[in-house]
Amino acid sequence: MWQRILALITKEFLNLFKDRKSRFVTIVPPLIQLLVFGYAASFDLDHVPYAVYDRDHGQAGRALQAAFSGSPTFDLRYVIQRQDQIAPLIDNREVLLVLQLEPGFSEKLTIGEPAEVQVLVDGRNSNTAQIAVNYAGSVLNAFNGQWIARHQQQAPPTRLVSRAWFNPNLESRWFFIPGLVGLLTLVVTMVVTSLSVAREREQGTFDQLLVTPLRPFEILIGKATPGFVVGLVEGSLVILVARFWFGVPLVGDLAVLYLGLVLFLFAAIGIGLAISSLAVTLQQALLGGFLFMVPAVILSGFATPIENMPPLVQMITLLDPLRYFLVVLRGVFLEGAPFSILVHQLWPLAIIAAVTLSAAGWLFRHRMY
Amino acid sequence: MSRRVRGLLRKEFLQVLRDPSSIAIAFLMPAFLLLLFGYGVSMDASNVPLAVVVEQPGAEAESFASVFQHSRYFAPQRYIDRASARRALDAGLVDGIVLLPADFAARVKGDASAPIQLIVNGVNANSARLLEGYVEGAWRNWLERELGARAMPLNQPVMLQPRIWFNPGLRSRNYLVPGLVAINMTLVGALLTALVMAREWERGTLEAMMVTPVSMREVLIGKVLPYFVLGMGGMALSVAMALWLFQVPFRGSFWVLTLCAALFLLVALGMGLLISVTTRNQFVAGMVAIIATFLPAFLLSGMLFDIGSMPVVVQWVTHLVAARYFVAILQTLFLAGDVWGVIVPNALALILMALFFIGLARRRMHKHLE
Repeated sequence: MWQRILALITKEFLNLFKDRKSRFVTIVPPLIQLLVFGYAASFDLDHVPYAVYDRDHGQAGRALQAAFSGSPTFDLRYVIQRQDQIAPLIDNREVLLVLQLEPGFSEKLTIGEPAEVQVLVDGRNSNTAQIAVNYAGSVLNAFNGQWIARHQQQAPPTRLVSRAWFNPNLESRWFFIPGLVGLLTLVVTMVVTSLSVAREREQGTFDQLLVTPLRPFEILIGKATPGFVVGLVEGSLVILVARFWFGVPLVGDLAVLYLGLVLFLFAAIGIGLAISSLAVTLQQALLGGFLFMVPAVILSGFATPIENMPPLVQMITLLDPLRYFLVVLRGVFLEGAPFSILVHQLWPLAIIAAVTLSAAGWLFRHRMY
Repeated sequence: MSRRVRGLLRKEFLQVLRDPSSIAIAFLMPAFLLLLFGYGVSMDASNVPLAVVVEQPGAEAESFASVFQHSRYFAPQRYIDRASARRALDAGLVDGIVLLPADFAARVKGDASAPIQLIVNGVNANSARLLEGYVEGAWRNWLERELGARAMPLNQPVMLQPRIWFNPGLRSRNYLVPGLVAINMTLVGALLTALVMAREWERGTLEAMMVTPVSMREVLIGKVLPYFVLGMGGMALSVAMALWLFQVPFRGSFWVLTLCAALFLLVALGMGLLISVTTRNQFVAGMVAIIATFLPAFLLSGMLFDIGSMPVVVQWVTHLVAARYFVAILQTLFLAGDVWGVIVPNALALILMALFFIGLARRRMHKHLE
């Protein structure tokens, strides 16, 4: 029996790697994508372009402007002279925000009345806008602290001291790169598995496979192995790049990480093969692959938190293997979460894997044309 | 239009109608994805689980702790000591801890300002930052009230007054849904055409076509036009859903939207066609389509991540992603209006890309065998 399976596995690998183009497509783009995406995927803003509209011209106002231009996050692009210059700058995306000081700002500040500074923000991407406002707020807080100290005013009776665990500088890259491990592994696995059965069906060679002594279970092993090997190798490469190139801390147990990776691969392969064996043509398999992959990514909590989704959609996410794998990845990478906590993510993955793999094996024989 | 082109179009339309997957790609997929995302994707947090620990009960401490009860942002849970709150944070039961230390009451009365500790789970840096912002807002309101009751001024020299243009309610759906329309159309365009030429090569029907008098230009028209019509239908459906189902405001003009959508669709179809012509193999074409379309459009189009904050080299790479230009146009048309300074350069880039992809596909389609 093992000899038969081995022959099938050899044939599957030849199918995948014999053709120069398909060999290239499976190996090179995912690695390039990891590097590009690793740098792209971050909510942290850098060099926020801004303009200043100073209608005050006072000493204190200039000190506040200096606090902004001295901050590494903000990048002064324009000094505005007239009101009607503001709208074109924001509309045309030349600046993300405009800092506006009203006349009398310095005077109010000096006599101890609350002075207001207006920040006009381009809200087309409301998440970016919110982050920019938060940054402006922290520049202002630092300025206030210094002002109070320098003018010996009474500090407020309480103060808020905040700390972030697991990611002290709140670098959002640390959050996204472990997520990318999951995304790229998923894409590579889908590339290898979702088209494989459909191609044989379209070319008619699958019927030949079915009349050989191979049992569906053995065909399943043969078809799943290339996806598993490619997924495991590329997943490992991606983990290495995340750790050593991007410097994301990996504080947890590698064994738990790999247990998660293996279970996730089984689940993804099962879904890919099931889609592939449902499809009659390659076009349908491709459509099926996208119809699974895109929602799986969007609903996984990769970019937008699952807790923000409505309850019904949250229930749908329970079917998404990527959702569990992302928790495992982030838990192991950043929090050092032990097996006892992550086991709650691992058993649903195991169930999804068992169900989809058996479904794929069953479909091999029961969907014939 | 010549009779030959008409014949080709008729054949292509028949092929579309007989394999339901093309229709499904054009209409079902956008509708399904938009429904799922429109409802599912949101950056706006509410009811964030937050542990509140008061180490020594007192009037001030209780009054501060109660602030969280009445806010829609928080779902506060009381823990008796640091250790139990910490365990809850580790287990992911809460996203943050607000800690009022034992000497809180004494220090509020005294001269030095009393620290309130906030510990957030920083794994999701973005959510953590938002949580910090919410807690700080709650603390500031409480401080103002407390000081007001004691007739003391709140000593805050400069106050920030943010005004968010175009989306004052900071409704994240307003920018995510237009972005999703662009991603949707990237997938639709590539999926519709990625396999069509490769299929003809594989089945040998292209060779059969070579012995007929049709020119390759006519074959190209026959391939693009039917899928263009289908794609525009899908586009109209997506925009209608954005407007009426998700209530995203639309401040631009529809003719600009139609024109830009047509341009973008040509780019997407052209890319699919180029994949198809270059690989001449449905299997490889399918692989390329999976890798080259979804993730780049999702991560590099500026729909989610700010392009200006990426490293310069990565910013260059984003110029190769057509969705980048379309996302900029869509977000502007939906939220800001007909801002020519944004629309014209991006539309020009789309024209260039369309010419490039379709031109290259045309060059690679020759009427002879290798």
